[in-house]
Amino acid sequence: MPVTTINGREIHVDDEGFLTEFDEWDEDLAKILAANISVDLTDEHWTAIKLAREDYQAQGETPTIRRMASVGGVDTKKMFQLFPKKPAKKMSYIAGVPKPHGCV
Amino acid sequence: MTTETQAPLVPNFDDDDTDRKIAFICSKGNLDMAYPALVLANAALGEGIETHLFFTFWGFDMITKSRMHDLKFSPVGNTAMHMPVGDIRIPQALAPLPGMQPMATKMIKDQIAALGVPEVPEFLDQIVASGGHLWACRMSADMNKLVEEDLYDGVEAIINASDFIEMTDGAQLLFI
Repeated sequence: MPVTTINGREIHVDDEGFLTEFDEWDEDLAKILAANISVDLTDEHWTAIKLAREDYQAQGETPTIRRMASVGGVDTKKMFQLFPKKPAKKMSYIAGVPKPHGCV
Repeated sequence: MTTETQAPLVPNFDDDDTDRKIAFICSKGNLDMAYPALVLANAALGEGIETHLFFTFWGFDMITKSRMHDLKFSPVGNTAMHMPVGDIRIPQALAPLPGMQPMATKMIKDQIAALGVPEVPEFLDQIVASGGHLWACRMSADMNKLVEEDLYDGVEAIINASDFIEMTDGAQLLFI
């Protein structure tokens, strides 16, 4: 697994650049990850990011867009506004969790 | 002192690749045949791809308000229908017996729900919320004597075959 340097810290990532170590993530890192993909973080982004991390910790799997709406209460339109075009992947990247595994 | 800086590895989200377009022709009204297009369309939208669904013939049941909540699955003619556990096939002679269709429908609905996958109307809600476009076939509407008011609210319009061909210029097409 590659190691990349972000903000002077060594971070473990997969071949695409998604974090592989849940505990290497912190909010400062998230701000840099968001900037890397041109997402300006607002309170609503943080709500989604924290939900994704909590759900990942509880379920061992990153929530899909469907689950973010049905369990997390962040509706699908909002997800597309917050993380344009590829909401699940962009959210996962910033939240430091793997891409969702499920189809829906 | 010199510091070596290495550009961080950032996923390529291909945001500039905006010209990909995909269209699904939904021609079946059986419950099991409603899902392939819904799942794939949802996935395409999640990848930022312009996505269209065109409902025609039996697929019209997926968007007809009075029918969309009650699609059925039948084991008749389906040799891949197994018992819930193991590889035992349901004999085709038993498939048309009374009670088989409701039982098979309930079974498949439970399995889909267990995965957190929504029922057809709610799935269409999600596709529309994700920016997907739904279109109804003119000939099917005329055959069934249905008008826009009879159809799911997310359907943008009833269009004819030429409209659809024009609209999907350059799109990838899937007939289901």
